[in-house]
Amino acid sequence: MAEPGLRTDGTWVGASVPRREDPRLLTGRGRFVDDITLPRMLHAAFVRSTEAHARVLSVDLSQVREVPGVVAAFDAADLALGDITALLDRPTEEFTPTSMPVLARDKVRYAGEPLAVVLATDPYAAEDGVEAALVELDPLDPVVTEAAALAAAGPPVHDEAPGNVLVDVSLFATEGIDDVFDTAHTVVGVEARTGRQNALPLETRGVVAEWDDRAGQLVVRTCTQVPHQVRTVLARCAGLDEGRVRVVVPDMGGGFGQKCVVGREEIAAAAAATRLRRPVKWIEDRREALTASFLAREQHYTARAAFTAEGEILALESDVVCDMGAYSCYPFTAGIEPLMASAEMPGVYRVPAYRVRGRAVTTNKAPTAPYRGVSRPQYVMVMERLMERAARELGLDPLDVRRRNLITEFPYRGVNAITYDPGSYRESLDLCEQVLREEGWLGRTLDDGRVLGVGYSCFSERTGYGSGAFAARKMQVVPGFDLSQITMDLDGTVTVTTGTLSHGQSHETTFAQIVADRLGLPYDKVTIVQGDTDRITYGWGSFASRSVTVGGSAAAAAALKLGDQLRALAAHLGEVDLDSTALDGRGGVRAGDRTFTYPELADVAYLRAHLLPKDVGPGLTATASFDVGGDGTFSNATHGCVVALDPGTGGVEILRYVCVEDCGVAIHPRVVEGQARGGIAQGIAGALFEQVVYDEAGQPLAPSFMEYKVPTAAEIPDVRIEHLETPCAFTADGAKGAGEGGTIGAPAAVLNAVNDALRHTGVELDSTPVARSTIFQALREVPA
Amino acid sequence: MKPAAFTYHRASSVRGAVGLLTELAEEDPKLLAGGQSLVAMMNYRMARPGHLVDLTHVPGLAGIRRDGAALRLGALTTHHAVERADLGPDFAVLSRAMRWVGHLPIRTRGTVGGSVAHGDATAEWCLLAVLLDAVVVTEGPGGRREVAARGFFLGPFTTALEPDEVIVEVVFGRPAPRAALTEYADRRGDFAVVAAAADLDTGDVVLGGVGAVPVLVPGAGTPDEIADALELRDEPGVPAEYRRGLVRTLVARAREEAGRG
Repeated sequence: MAEPGLRTDGTWVGASVPRREDPRLLTGRGRFVDDITLPRMLHAAFVRSTEAHARVLSVDLSQVREVPGVVAAFDAADLALGDITALLDRPTEEFTPTSMPVLARDKVRYAGEPLAVVLATDPYAAEDGVEAALVELDPLDPVVTEAAALAAAGPPVHDEAPGNVLVDVSLFATEGIDDVFDTAHTVVGVEARTGRQNALPLETRGVVAEWDDRAGQLVVRTCTQVPHQVRTVLARCAGLDEGRVRVVVPDMGGGFGQKCVVGREEIAAAAAATRLRRPVKWIEDRREALTASFLAREQHYTARAAFTAEGEILALESDVVCDMGAYSCYPFTAGIEPLMASAEMPGVYRVPAYRVRGRAVTTNKAPTAPYRGVSRPQYVMVMERLMERAARELGLDPLDVRRRNLITEFPYRGVNAITYDPGSYRESLDLCEQVLREEGWLGRTLDDGRVLGVGYSCFSERTGYGSGAFAARKMQVVPGFDLSQITMDLDGTVTVTTGTLSHGQSHETTFAQIVADRLGLPYDKVTIVQGDTDRITYGWGSFASRSVTVGGSAAAAAALKLGDQLRALAAHLGEVDLDSTALDGRGGVRAGDRTFTYPELADVAYLRAHLLPKDVGPGLTATASFDVGGDGTFSNATHGCVVALDPGTGGVEILRYVCVEDCGVAIHPRVVEGQARGGIAQGIAGALFEQVVYDEAGQPLAPSFMEYKVPTAAEIPDVRIEHLETPCAFTADGAKGAGEGGTIGAPAAVLNAVNDALRHTGVELDSTPVARSTIFQALREVPA
Repeated sequence: MKPAAFTYHRASSVRGAVGLLTELAEEDPKLLAGGQSLVAMMNYRMARPGHLVDLTHVPGLAGIRRDGAALRLGALTTHHAVERADLGPDFAVLSRAMRWVGHLPIRTRGTVGGSVAHGDATAEWCLLAVLLDAVVVTEGPGGRREVAARGFFLGPFTTALEPDEVIVEVVFGRPAPRAALTEYADRRGDFAVVAAAADLDTGDVVLGGVGAVPVLVPGAGTPDEIADALELRDEPGVPAEYRRGLVRTLVARAREEAGRG
């Protein structure tokens, strides 16, 4: 690896330079929310519902306040905060608005829902206080499954939605699609269910809030992916001006989408801090994280596709029901999963006719948030099962069926009214197959009695959604653009703000690379400022693989603007035309036959302003924004997975995993590979291990890592990553998003590999997590 | 996930620990012998002892000692110490079985006596102690007594250990050069869905995951016979017939591994 100081060619983008975050993180000197301790700080713990669905008869905190160490306890009535409401701009037949109270009032809607907050001098006393609360609940029949929600036989989860449906959209319905299905050579169907999962950042949610009387501000340090959106909700719930709230994000140990929505505990903790004029810390414990946090991914697909005898897809129809749990999340709403699935399901294939119905149902389970990939791991799995099933039905090679249908000409306007920018769909599949062939996995058998299978998945991933693309989802709050401000200091170094923020993605490194290239500076002379609503005008945070595509492009644009200012100043000082100036790529500006270094120019801008041109103000700072026009940019990949099934136990071992990915120009290839590896691990987790299970009463059955089976290093295979590069035409450096692809491709590849190994049995699995008992039974009935 | 309040006592001798257990009998004392199950349960407030009597600083409670044909394991011997020890062919089964106990960090703190006292029906030490007809040596106010492992496990997390007794050592009296333990779980390091241990010299098999305690199947039935005789219920994610199939497979595999020596 090149040392920072050794790079002399002026191109930082594309180099896997040492991460600037690493020295502090690897030596334990990072600063996370839980590392923050303030004088007189109190610790919060929450009284939570023991019932999945019940009317709240009373919450009595009088004995809580007697517990040694407890300073205060508040219920919903005490704090009197506004509700959290997320809206879509859709008609009432498509969207039913509901609200999430900060603390439950009249009714509880899931086991674990917060009813009251206890503040104590240490977290032990806070939990003692929680135990002393007397809560009277009048249980109602819980709505625990998607089927029960749709049956709507008992009391609804929300009175506003008597049928328990929060979102119901029917889209596209290509004219004549019924005739296509009626007359097609072959129609194959897939019914698939995917297990409820927890995005499970290693660092759980948390907050340290204090009222700062000197600043007249509520200062909230919290691990969120969306600081400005948290500020808005904090201000709204408490009735404060936005400027009286400051949200600061320290180092973060992951988010994966779970932290790109606004939680209620941080609002309650902040309200308590304001009320008590004492700092309040709340660190979600693992039990809360597993049972009362934001979940995702529980979906039910009923899909079919029509094919010609040659394996060409003619039509796709899908009905997807997403179990969104008890509440609609802010700002995305319960529409996040069904709208993503409905809009994007045709994926990488030329699907001429398409019809989809997407629904979000509400149930008495912990609510949901976006989780890395958002619906794409699920619909890609269903699409890839349809391809496999068609191939089997038609007696064709499944890879040939894919090749026949992959989009190969770009830009491609899909049946889903989305324009795909260029990608390497076909090339990535070819290379993935080639790698597995060269490594000797194809046609191989094992001599230890286990059965080998090879599976693939082909997919693309829309990244860098702009305002236009989000507006098409009809969200009332429309993310998209990003703003960046750059300032050069006296010594010629620069500080750049971004409205995105790293929760593990290495922005301090990659954004510095992008800016360093624009200004000809070493990357360690570029400081990135992120995650502070007082230092950043406005931002949408980091989610949807938007940071480098949108935020990086904004930072690049700001850097170019600053470069123009530096040139103008150099032209004035050198008494030459602007056209005779250029950045020299070494921290200076050539102006005719003279060169001005950045410190020389900054010296004039700050310390000798009398030398500035008349129409130029002092200082060196520039602001730029960036938005993605059109439909965004698509990363793509093909994943290949090799599994061994143990006929004696039904056990699944992944022997090899190959990922051929194309995220355009990789700013930092090793960071991209880290994203792919981590994402693949989470995808494998969903395919084989993790599931949030509830019993019939709606009680969560996986409150610890004993029951919620996160794969360990022993279960995650070595992953070989190959890069292809189809640059994006409209982002800085041609980068596309790289944050989610690993997670999107893995479930389909793993499931297809399992099915390949079971091919001789005739058993096909379409749902995840894969049941080992089914594998066991299939191989027992038909040994290999 | 913060435990309820308790008083911590550091015992310096077994006699002292027994004294504390006796003295505090009305205030729900619990022994700490590694804490790999107990502390997690306390953090979830599923266990709320009033007093914690820490045995881990008692001198002489940890150690592996050959005593004629027998192998004596001090109660505070860690799983990891057994895993790393060279016990010779007679007791290599114990070292090899340790790979199934949790993960490495758990094995470096969890102890033989702690595991036996906890009495989890899938715990490797419980299965091994029953299979190899080990003796659990305890000390109480009335002195020491020896309890056969085969009569020690009474029900779910329930053993013959009296509330005022401390396990001192576990004695494996008879060499077992042809014995093995194997397991299945979806994920490495988990409690087994089914665990099977077999001793070819006696023909005995012990199963974990098929009842409230380790289930001893004496004599030399075939894997099919052993599996078919079990009464099993469907449980979430684990149909009875799947569990039965695992028994069949794992008994065969345990015997095969035992035969390799």
